[in-house]
Amino acid sequence: MTTVNIEIDGKKLQVDSGSMVIEAADQAGIYIPRFCYHKKLSIAANCRMCLVQVEKAAKPLPACATPVTDGMKVHTRSPKAIDAQKGVMEFLLINHPLDCPVCDQGGECELQDLAVGFGKDVSFYSENKRVVKSKNLGPLVSTDMTRCIHCTRCVRFGEEIAGIRELGATGRGEHMEIGTYIEASMDSELSGNVIDLCPVGALTSKPFRFKARAWEMTQLDTVAPHDCIGSNLHVHVRNNQVMRVVPRENEAINETWISDRDRFSYEALNSQDRLTTPMIKVNGVWQATDWNTALENVVRNTRKIIDQDGAGQLGCLASPSATTEELYLAQQLLRGLGSNNIDHRLRQLDFSDEDLAPAFPGLGQSIAALETVDAALLIGSNIRKDQPIAAHRLRKAAMRDAAIMFVNPVNYDFHFPVAANVACAPDRMVAELGGIVKALLALTAGQAPPGLTGLLDNIETTPAHRSIAGHLNRAGKATVLMGNYAHAHPHFTQLRALAGVIASLSDAALGYLTEGANSAGAWPAGAVPHRSATGQAGMNAADMLRNPRKSYWLLGVEPELDCANAPVARAAMQAAEYVVALTLFRNASLEASCDVLLPIAAFAETSGTYVNAEGVWQSFAGAVKPVGDARPAWKVLRVLGNLFGIDGFDYMSSEEVLAKVRAQATGDQPDNRLLWRAPGAWATSKGDLIRIAEVPVYAVDSLVRYATSLQQTRDAANGAIYINSILATRFGLAQGMPAIARQGKEEVTLPVVIDNRLADNSVLIYAGIPGSVNLLSDLSPLTLHKA
Amino acid sequence: MSERHDIFSAPVRADIDNWIAKYPPEQKQSAVMAALRIVQDANGGWLTMELMDAVADYLAMPKIAVYEVATFYSMYELKPVGRHKISVCTNISCMLSGSEQVVAHLQDRLGIRLGETTEDGRFTMKEVECLGACCGAPMFQIGRDYYENLTPEKIDKILDSLD
Repeated sequence: MTTVNIEIDGKKLQVDSGSMVIEAADQAGIYIPRFCYHKKLSIAANCRMCLVQVEKAAKPLPACATPVTDGMKVHTRSPKAIDAQKGVMEFLLINHPLDCPVCDQGGECELQDLAVGFGKDVSFYSENKRVVKSKNLGPLVSTDMTRCIHCTRCVRFGEEIAGIRELGATGRGEHMEIGTYIEASMDSELSGNVIDLCPVGALTSKPFRFKARAWEMTQLDTVAPHDCIGSNLHVHVRNNQVMRVVPRENEAINETWISDRDRFSYEALNSQDRLTTPMIKVNGVWQATDWNTALENVVRNTRKIIDQDGAGQLGCLASPSATTEELYLAQQLLRGLGSNNIDHRLRQLDFSDEDLAPAFPGLGQSIAALETVDAALLIGSNIRKDQPIAAHRLRKAAMRDAAIMFVNPVNYDFHFPVAANVACAPDRMVAELGGIVKALLALTAGQAPPGLTGLLDNIETTPAHRSIAGHLNRAGKATVLMGNYAHAHPHFTQLRALAGVIASLSDAALGYLTEGANSAGAWPAGAVPHRSATGQAGMNAADMLRNPRKSYWLLGVEPELDCANAPVARAAMQAAEYVVALTLFRNASLEASCDVLLPIAAFAETSGTYVNAEGVWQSFAGAVKPVGDARPAWKVLRVLGNLFGIDGFDYMSSEEVLAKVRAQATGDQPDNRLLWRAPGAWATSKGDLIRIAEVPVYAVDSLVRYATSLQQTRDAANGAIYINSILATRFGLAQGMPAIARQGKEEVTLPVVIDNRLADNSVLIYAGIPGSVNLLSDLSPLTLHKA
Repeated sequence: MSERHDIFSAPVRADIDNWIAKYPPEQKQSAVMAALRIVQDANGGWLTMELMDAVADYLAMPKIAVYEVATFYSMYELKPVGRHKISVCTNISCMLSGSEQVVAHLQDRLGIRLGETTEDGRFTMKEVECLGACCGAPMFQIGRDYYENLTPEKIDKILDSLD
């Protein structure tokens, strides 16, 4: 790119030609006031606040929309510029209510700041100000539209970033209003970002409304605990309480955005349902107790089971959003006691290729690289809800005409054009991937690996297969990504094997988008049964539940809601003699299945490290003290290690634990190209009705499930039986009618929702919610009946 | 499954298609103003939410983008209007030439204020900005016709001539 020489306020600068004056000024550290300009949004030039004087130009020019030219001389603080800025400021304030004392934005308001910095002392305006009715945009964003100055940042955000135009500017002139026109909630999974974008107090956070003032809070850094992106966050703290969460800019990861899940889940930290003191069950009655008693109880009872039945009866289920340090100590403790039964892959059902798996499940590329792909095939991924920030990167690629394609059990609504799409019942996914392989083989000189032909013989390629193959084959830069649903799929290894073949035939990067915030950290931490220093393998999550153990340790896990096959998990807990939960919350389900509840620190209350899908290790310190008597889980596990008398538990800090993990972790970016291994038999569809056990966006972990505002959004899943209209007709069911979904002896009764995004023979009943805990999430045939 | 724009009659649809054809295929939304005018005319002079949503659907635009257009321009009506819509210019030239008297006379005669419709559904009166007929100020527009150099007598004659 060529550069030009310009001068701003006497400072000589060399800047890229094509950039705007305001960009050049920002780079040089010269501040030009602005409202509508935002570096991540298109240029609107409608607030006129950034007027500057340009020599040889007759009138002041908006710096945000004036391209630099060679020899240009700009004055941002000349009398002419200041006069223009003051004039604009006076106009902007004409209809602004100046209700700063009761406005949440007060103290962190761009309008306030610029009025002080660039405004006049008095206004000539003495007429009435207009009043604009506030709109109800749903449970997350609060509105006071009289304060709006019509910068349209929120409107452009919807169109350009969120990908759904929910807000607009209706009316004109003095009657112009920002809103949805008809009453409608903002349903974008990124909607909270308009709160940050709004330069005034028109759009503010509803859960945070009237809770604190900007100057009362301390800003501390942390990392988001819900998805494998690891968005960087600021938490704002007052009196040892997290008052709100806002994004911390990191161009390589989340840019300036965060998902609503990361922004509003903090509400659960202050939930009434937090466990604040250790509890033990004595003769079936729960009693609050002190840490010594509780931990001695754990040591005594665990020892008893190990002495009687062997350490193999001990199993640990850990949350994939636990920190690397917690996961490492949990496995060190368990292995120190002689058991290798530890796993964080709670929703996974098929582990048969785990010996071939890379060092950790990573994206195989950087998060930022997702926006540079020319084609992407996502397998079993509702990426928009599962990893909203990664979806935003793919959206940018799609806007450049990249082909984004899916093989999914549901034809999800995406906020970008989908080039090709296969929506099929879960038990058809293997065959559909086979079809894509076959189409690719016809296009390329590549060879099918041995053992694959048996699958391909019986498959006919469809136009969708050929379209996907064609896009992948033509693309300069392609990627194949396996999403959350693929990992939970009963034939995960077959999907993975075929994804690997597709990736190698099309020279695409193979990547994994995993559950939780720290699946990628759990592997190097050793929270998998088959990766131990001794080489001995234990039982994986599914085996541990299918073959009940005498004792379980739960690290941040609610078995019924966080594990695959909820009834199996519940039965295992009930059959166990002794269950210890290190948990954030207490609830009936945990109280029914556990013997000891140990209160642990939540996100923002503990130090730790998350490893994101890109393989970036992001450490954070605790921002607040844990509630009540809760303690960081790494400290609890360390003390337990000491009480059990296991060597190597003399850590003084979580950093020492981390150093230990890092020392044994190999290369940061693993090679995702698996060694090929043909499965014994390829999965085929028997034509049964199959349940899709998708985990909805606001049910992924206990923190989110207790976040009250998120649970009021439209994305908060309700218990329902989703079927397409063909199935509904077949079973004589109609929208809203109660129906019974049955698997063997287990059944649930839920209302029917007709959803034609679903393929035939599939029934979507969300997992991770109380209404569905009687159902399995594997391929067990399901029957539907009128209630 | 029925589509939202099924509520358009065949001639309406043909008329909109005619306008869509004037623009590049990926710029269908350029026909939004024409489409709104066509469906408004076919609906007795005003736009329902249903019609605006159907236009959005037909032109593959976000609904809010259609609402923006429909609320921006004064020739789109979002409430039912009378058989005759009187658009009185009160902009600078007309104001200097006596548009205030025009408005006052209309209000007296029709018994309605600006923005209102007579009970019998004959007349709606609204204030508009410059209609580009300053040489004949003061003026108003009824339906598609301009009436210039207005006086109370002339206004009475015009109104009497309408059904």
